[in-house]
This record gives sequence, C-alpha cells and structure tokens, in this order.
Amino acid sequence: MTAGPSDATLENGALAGVRVVELASEMGALAGKLMADMGADVILVEPPGGDPSRNYPPFLDDEPGPDRSLFWWHYQTSKRGIVLDLEEPGDRARFTRLVASADVLLECEAPDRLSSLGLDYPDLSADHPELILVSITGFGRNAPRRDEPFTDLTLLANGGPAWSCGYDDHSLPPIRGGGNQGYQTACHYAFLSALTALLHREVSGRGQHIDVNAFAATNVTTEMASYHWLVAQGTVQRQTGRHAQEQPTMEAQMQCADGRWLTTGFPPRRPEELRWMHDWMVELGVVEEFPEAVFLEQGAQLEAPLDISKIGVDDQTTVIFGAAREGMVFLASKVPAYELFVRAQDVGISVGIIYSPDEVLEDRHFVERGFPVQVEHPELGRSFTYPGAPYKFEKSPWHIARRAPALGEHDAEVWAELEALE
Amino acid sequence: MSAKALSHIRICDFTGQLAGAGATKWLSAFGAEVIRIEDPVKQGTWDVLRNMPPFVDERRGPDLGGGFNNHNVEKLGIALNLRTERGRELVAEIVEKSDVVCENFAYGVMERWGLGYERLVEIKPDIIYVSNCGFGHTGPYHTYKTWGPIVQAISGLTFTSGLPDQPPAGWGYSYMDHTGGYYMAMAILLALFHRARTGQGQWVDMSCTEAGATLTGPAILDYTVNGRRTRRPGQPHSNRNEWPAMAPHGIYPARGEDRWLAIACRNDEDWRALARVADQGWSEVEHFRALDGRVARQDELDSLVAKWTADRDDFETAARLREAGVPAGAVQRPAERIDHDPNTAEWGLWPTVHHSKMGDVRVDGMPVHFSETDWEMQRGGPCCGEHTEQVLSGLLGMQPDEIERLREEGVL
Repeated sequence: MTAGPSDATLENGALAGVRVVELASEMGALAGKLMADMGADVILVEPPGGDPSRNYPPFLDDEPGPDRSLFWWHYQTSKRGIVLDLEEPGDRARFTRLVASADVLLECEAPDRLSSLGLDYPDLSADHPELILVSITGFGRNAPRRDEPFTDLTLLANGGPAWSCGYDDHSLPPIRGGGNQGYQTACHYAFLSALTALLHREVSGRGQHIDVNAFAATNVTTEMASYHWLVAQGTVQRQTGRHAQEQPTMEAQMQCADGRWLTTGFPPRRPEELRWMHDWMVELGVVEEFPEAVFLEQGAQLEAPLDISKIGVDDQTTVIFGAAREGMVFLASKVPAYELFVRAQDVGISVGIIYSPDEVLEDRHFVERGFPVQVEHPELGRSFTYPGAPYKFEKSPWHIARRAPALGEHDAEVWAELEALE
Repeated sequence: MSAKALSHIRICDFTGQLAGAGATKWLSAFGAEVIRIEDPVKQGTWDVLRNMPPFVDERRGPDLGGGFNNHNVEKLGIALNLRTERGRELVAEIVEKSDVVCENFAYGVMERWGLGYERLVEIKPDIIYVSNCGFGHTGPYHTYKTWGPIVQAISGLTFTSGLPDQPPAGWGYSYMDHTGGYYMAMAILLALFHRARTGQGQWVDMSCTEAGATLTGPAILDYTVNGRRTRRPGQPHSNRNEWPAMAPHGIYPARGEDRWLAIACRNDEDWRALARVADQGWSEVEHFRALDGRVARQDELDSLVAKWTADRDDFETAARLREAGVPAGAVQRPAERIDHDPNTAEWGLWPTVHHSKMGDVRVDGMPVHFSETDWEMQRGGPCCGEHTEQVLSGLLGMQPDEIERLREEGVL
C-alpha cells in the first residue's frame, strides 16, 4: 500500500514495501533498527536540534558532534531522517500526512503526550484503520506506575533481572548487565508485536494499537527467578557467573593461563573425555603436578559415562567426577582460554570462552559466517565495520542499507515522495 | 476476520528448552496452532525441562516440570516415534499441512531423521524452516555444543556484566535463551510475512551467538572505529553508565539483609533533587555541581550515596526519590515484583493456566497488550502425547481404530 524504499537494495528484505514512522528515542531505537535492517522504509522523526542520543558517547575519534556518536550510528542504521516540531501545528499536520502513508508508527513518548497533541491512536486511525501503532513506555500506557521516572538501570533492578545477577559474595551489589538490555528487551517485544499485527492485518485488513510495557518485559525475561516463585514459591539467589538458584551450585568459570575466563557446562564424564584430559596433561608435561590424574585414567577405562546420580554415593564415581572437575581447572591454569575452548569442544565438552565485545568480531566463527559487515560513510570517505545479522535469511536477507541519517538529511526527499504519492 | 492474530498459522514444532519453546510460546499465545512433536519412547524428555523443578507438589515426572509448563502454554503435544517409518510418514503429513517447521537441536539432528531442509521442501515447496542453534549450521564451530551461559560468554554479554577487578558476573540466568527465543520468533514472523507477500518459503539459519553479538553494538563500534577495546582497566563497571554518562548511577545498599536500591541521576536536575531528598549537604559541594565533576569523583560519590542509603528502607527511599523526579527502584525479589507490585498484577502479567495434571498454575504472561487481537493463555503445557489423537484425527483425518493400531505398533 505504500511507496517502496528509494534504495533498490532494500527490496530483498522481508519487510520491503513496509513503511514505518518512528519518533526518535533512546529506548525504542533498536525496534526501528530491527525493522529497517530487514528492509522496511523507516522514517525517523526528530525534533529540531535532534534526538538527545545523537550526543551520546563514544564519538568518532573521541570528538563530540551530532553526527559522530557511535551510539547513534549503531541504533539508527538503514533509517531515513527528517525533522518535525510536533509542538507546531503546521508540522503536526505534516506528521499526520506522513503517518497516513505508513503501515506502522513506533513511539516511546510519555503516556499522555500524543493524546495532548491530538496525535494518538484514535486521531490517527480515524481515516487510516490499517495503521499499527506501537507504543513503548516504561510501565505501560495505562498502568498504575505509568508516570514514574525510569532508566535502563532502574527497570532492570526493579523488574527482576538484577536480583539474579552478581556474585557469590552478597556484600557486593546485584549487577545490571551492560548494554541497555532493559530497553533492548522492550524493543524485542515491540518488534514481535509489530510483526504479529502486520501478519494479522494481511488477513483482516485492520490495524491496532499495541501497548508495550518495558518494566513488564524485564519481569518476564528472568527465566527461573519468576517461575520458581510462581510454581513453588522458591527464591533464587545470585551466584558468580552462573544461574541464580535456590541452593548454591558449583563454580562455573575458570581463569586460564592468559588471564581470560571460560565458562563450563557440565564437567566431563564420558570415558573418551577423561582420556583426552589425561593425555593432554601428559602432552603438556604437567601430569605430575596433578595427582588426581590417576582417577582420570581409571575413568578412561570405564565402559559407560559416569552416572551422575551416583556422585556422593559410589566412591569411585565420586573421585573420578571430582578429578574431572579439578582437571579442567588445572588445565585452564596451563593453557590460553581459546585453546582450551576449541580443544574441549572438539572432543564434545561444552565450554565457552568469555569474549569482550570487540574480540567477538575477530573470532573465526563470526568472520567465516560473514558477521562483521562494512557500512559506507560517504561524507567521511570511509567505511566502518559494524555488527551484522542476528539471523541468516536465505531469500529475504538482513542488510544495512545505509549509515544513520544526519539531522534532517531526508527532509526534501521524503516530502517530495509523499507529494508524488498523494 | 479472525479474533486471534495468528490463528491462520500452523507450526510443526520440534523446539525445546527456553531458546526454542520460548519462540513458539509467543506464537501460540497469539493463536497460532503450535503442534509439538515429541518422542513417546523417552516421553518427550529431549526437552530436559519436562523433568526439572520447580514442581507444584511432591509428584515428579516428565509431565510435571514447572519450567516446561511455563514455556509451552497453549501448545498441542503429540508423541510420534521417529525411529519407525510410519512415524516419519506421519510427520511428513503434518509438515505438508504446516506453515513453519522449527527446531533448536544441535546441528545434524533433523538430517538424521530425514527431515533436513531439502526433504522439507520436497514435502511442501513453500515451507518455512527456522533452525536455532549456538553456532548455526555452517562455520568452524557448527558442531560445538552450547547452552545459554555459553552463548552469552561467546557473544560478549557475560564480559560486559560485572565489576572491575572481579571475575565476570555474567547473567544469572539464560538471558540468551530468552532473547534467542525472541529472535527465533522474529525470524518465523518475518519469514511468514515474506511468504505472504511473495509466496516464497525459505530456511532461516539462526546462530544464537550471532543474535547475542548484535546486543553490544556501541562497544563493538568503539573498537572498530576508535580501536578501543572493552578489556581494559576499570572495565566492566556495568552498574554505572558511560553512554550517556550519568552520576551517581548505581545499585546501593539498603537496610536489612541483602537489600539494595538502584538510583540513576540523568542530569544536574536529578542530582539536585537527590541532594535535596538526602539532605546531607551535597548540594554545597562545588565539584559535584556539574556532571564532569561527579563522573571524575564517582568512587567518592558512590560511597557517600551508599553511606546515606545503607540504613534506610529500600522501597521507601526509592519512592521518595521518584516523587522528587529521580529514577530509582528497589532491587525487587521475585515475591515482591510478582505478588506485591501493582504494575504487574493490574497488567495481568502472571496469568493462571490449567494443566491437565498440575492443575491451575501461574505462568509468565506477555508484556504487551493489543487493542484488537490480544494474547491469551488458558491451557497449560501439553503432557507428552496429550493431543496425539486430536491431531491425528482432526488434522490428518485418521480413524480411531487406525490410531489404536499405531499405538500397539509403538508408533505413537
């Protein structure tokens, strides 16, 4: 129903032909990016002077400037940008015209702002019943706490995730995971909602208004913490680098010879895994330093994997299992993390290296599958490496069509298109 | 016109745990017919959550796992023995009548059953196939085993959660099982939309570590653009906020055993409001007046704030700060946010479903409401094979005596 995007390369994306108007915000930016990188024509509407997140660090070469924020660069890919002052009647009329050409409007304004401007769902859908309005707010549009101030930190602390994250030592505070994951979780639900409403509209022809509650989104993204309480009134307790549980569990992280950390799954328990541990210690010339190696040899002779239900019951099982656990920690102290990660995984032991975000891009898996992508910044005469696709589509691929827009970059283009369309 | 958003969609569902079952939970809540295919010999326990705590009472068994019920509401469950030829034929018949086949097994499991993508396309040319595993189906690690914490480690999310000079704190749960499930559901819906517009089906090969690696974007760009690595002194410090800088910004101790509250001063106005509420003379301190000064002395500032909060009530203090306009909140325990927070109760965030053996149980609802076609959760997760007869007769038109014979032959 709407004009296609101007960039021909977008036409392959699954959302080609879908137009989205997004009111710029820090909280909702990922939802717009998820749509835009799948080929939707996302038109980002900023107020005069631009969205505040244009001025968030880090900056290109550490020099501030509204087109130099890497935060902005990341979250606004593939979008086109225009400026409108919604406080001004003429611009409100232009906004209404623009929304009339759109399939989806995405916004994160305070709960009453759009209605006070005469731009809420009843106003916009009266002549445009196909419109899908996705509203993300901190606590829900009509909820009891709707007007409370919040940030990503307070949502994650108050909504549940932080209770489960941190250290065995409870004199250290609960931890908020980095990277605005509270806002991003709300965006994941906003995008799922938009897609679900679009599919429904394909059948029914009708749009609707969707109320996304970021606080509720963090509440239902806590795994066991919620359902242990809901089902059996159990309370999980945070533990270093592993699942919060009602009872303390074994440590899961090991520091390796190069200082980097690994996380483990279940300790080795198959005979061939125990053989591998023993033989590697021999190969490294360190087996003499690990007296329990004799139990690894015993385990390697077994016909079947250790029966974990016999730990603490059967003496042989208990000592072999203990040696396997300690053996991994011992090996870690002798070799770099990456080597232990791939060698263990090659024999079927599930462990994972704890990468920093920058190290991820250099890993073989990500490089060979084409995860790092190049994005042109024509005005700088350079291209930069960006994180790539969250999913690999065979026929309607994820794709960054263009770098984040400069302020008002597409004003003329968007209005000329709209006039032609009207 | 349908009353439910996705009632026109049928999913042939091989998913398990949270990373897969969480994806199809979204679809079933919005009315898609999700048919879980499970193994009668092992009573569906390839999904280990079937047997795992929590339990509603002293009973144990593969139909009684509380986590399984939570992730599988509103789905149908059928038991088919894929070791038998007839079992594989019946799956093919279900695939033929489905829009989507999805799974989150390790690489190679579907091929072993003769259900790889090429075969699925033979059965139904426009089928959508979505696979979700740690490293996807290609690349150097595609045979490696993962679970949530390993995915989080590989994708940079464990590293970025913690305090300086401590081991990684990581996520105290499988954040990437939840979030991997969200991306898997997005992939399914995107592929359905593409098919609705073009008629084409396709395979979406999802690597959960790649989905995770998209979630630290600004940190990645700080390296690729500025050459600055995240592994450096003073990092990570994830209760603080660098982008944008805010101070004070953290989780501070409160009165009582393991009680904490979060406070975030977004700007100078929030700082002045905090200083007013605390009434400790902070507003007189020259070097705290502007953000730069507060950021430069953040350790000192944090200890002052912590000293003030330490003998105060978490909920009461957070409420006073919020009334003054400062974002703040107690670190709520599960009981507090589930049973005592009006904002979750009035939302209907913890609906009660009816499970055939467990009875009435509360589950995680959805943090969204649709004005026209909202989600619904009434039926609990299926017991193993609970809907076998319903699906074989209703969908495949089989007669009762034929179903009985298959049962005797060990196909069901």
